[in-house]
Amino acid sequence: MSQLFAVLFDGFAYGMLLFLLSVGLSVTLGLMNFTNLAHGAFAMVGGYVTYSLVELAGWPFLATLPFAFLITAIIAAGFERFLFRRIYEAGELNQVLFTIGLVFAASAVAAYFFGTVHHSVDLPAYLTGFIEVGSVKLPAYRIFLVVVALVVTAIVVAGLEYTRFGAMVRASVDNQKVARGLGLNVNRIFALTFALGSGLAGLGGALAIDILSLDPSFGFHILVLVLIVVAVGGLGSIWGSFLAAACLGIFDVAGKYFIPELGAFLIYLFMVALLFIKPRGLFGRR
Amino acid sequence: MDPHLWLKRKGRISPYEVAFWPIVLVLPFWLFPTYLSLSSQIAITALFCISLDLILGYAGIISLGHAAFFGIGAYAAGLLSAHGWGEPLSGLAFAAVVAAFAGWIVSFMIVRVQHLALLMITLGLGFLLVELANSLGSFTGGADGLQGIDTWKLLGVWKFSFWGKTAYAYSLAVLFILFLVCRRIVRSPFGLTLEAIRENPDRTTALGAPNRAHLQKIFTLSAGIAGIAGALLAQTTETVSLESLGFQRSAEIAIMLILGGTGRLYGAILGAIIFMVARDQLAGMNPQYWYFWIGLLLMIVVLFMPRGILGGLERLAAFGRRR
Repeated sequence: MSQLFAVLFDGFAYGMLLFLLSVGLSVTLGLMNFTNLAHGAFAMVGGYVTYSLVELAGWPFLATLPFAFLITAIIAAGFERFLFRRIYEAGELNQVLFTIGLVFAASAVAAYFFGTVHHSVDLPAYLTGFIEVGSVKLPAYRIFLVVVALVVTAIVVAGLEYTRFGAMVRASVDNQKVARGLGLNVNRIFALTFALGSGLAGLGGALAIDILSLDPSFGFHILVLVLIVVAVGGLGSIWGSFLAAACLGIFDVAGKYFIPELGAFLIYLFMVALLFIKPRGLFGRR
Repeated sequence: MDPHLWLKRKGRISPYEVAFWPIVLVLPFWLFPTYLSLSSQIAITALFCISLDLILGYAGIISLGHAAFFGIGAYAAGLLSAHGWGEPLSGLAFAAVVAAFAGWIVSFMIVRVQHLALLMITLGLGFLLVELANSLGSFTGGADGLQGIDTWKLLGVWKFSFWGKTAYAYSLAVLFILFLVCRRIVRSPFGLTLEAIRENPDRTTALGAPNRAHLQKIFTLSAGIAGIAGALLAQTTETVSLESLGFQRSAEIAIMLILGGTGRLYGAILGAIIFMVARDQLAGMNPQYWYFWIGLLLMIVVLFMPRGILGGLERLAAFGRRR
């Protein structure tokens, strides 16, 4: 029983990591219909920022996390301003190929600067041990991950629901044409959302180092997982992404634990079946 | 203009086409005569690329998992041969039927969805199949690849030798015949309807075209051709690996098609030639760096030549005529 709980918690923590990695893509895809497969590459940027600051500059792990967010957001804003903006009207296939090309290039650049080996970071002592909750021992880092994800979720939801900017984003997702007609600058809203969403991916990438390990193929590695979360959860839906990420994390970890030979197969089967029945995902708005 | 006349004119064979095929046939013997296996791989890849062009370029169905059908064909032909029937032509036919059947099943899903869901279903089916082939290791050989394929003499006469002359002639002949078939199809009223559906599905519905049935037909056909390409690879290399199903192959084939230019069949062949030769020449390079150039090339093509190399040449020619 306690073992089952530990596995479930492990899966939930993994799911929360996936949520951090994918929530930005869900919102920006819902907003602009820009199929950005390079989202995972931005997560990789965050990972390498934290790795460099911890391992090469000797910073404490926690202090690097805001920078993983900020630097990724700034880089993403630059890409949005100078490259992505040109292909919003170019059709889905061109967007897919352009962003895949970006992932290829980013992974090669990462290999050039950091080598093709796996990297890990030294975590502070209070994040490496186990914490006993009742009769179960839970790894401290997973608890930390869940706490961070819940805090971020609270901030994102509050930001979207209760701020003026959040209202603008929601209006643009629901109906871009009308939002434009009412005088909202949808392009600027999108640029800002894109930067923030990519920043969250960067944060996710930094937090993922300890769980997924960081190497140049990171952007590809998480791409499929991120896309599953976004597609199953539904574009533009925070709660959809949250639920999909939690389920995917739990299924993945529990599946690998209990039925290792069929785990991944069942996830893809489930996704294909769900998208066949509900092409917009669980809570898709469009 | 009379539509029949117009169709006929559209289907007319241009002098460029007449020049193209003999060059393709002879060039490898002159460039790398001791290295024909690359040439047969290029022919196979070009055939696979054409199959993607049918659904992507003409019908507008984006697939990120088309290698699934390539792999199904490869495993079908490979398993048939490994279980004692190595006759190549019937192997091809068998692979085509199996892959087309799989494509027909999948087509029911494909025509229902669009956008991200379409990408994810094609992607998901590809991964699903890799997992399946991997877990059925006793049957498919799993990660080690399928062993024990023995391809018999072609038509009972030509042996598949180490030098790969038979393999090259065989692959190129199959490519040429299927290319002619595809060329005929895309220039038929059916092919034109597909293009119309791609451009404006609502209007074709209003005009009375059965959109979904048409899309299902071309998808099934495309899956069958992809299966034949896979079977060719299995027969000429006498091995099948999990990679033949994988995402990487699906992505590469889309890259080649975009590079050459979609919706014109020759773009698929040209893209396959350029990509495969470039990769072969740069194989000594660290693969990571090779991917850097591929990524950069993709971005440049999308930004500056959205219709591929052939589309760019066409625009250049039109520009020249106008001046």
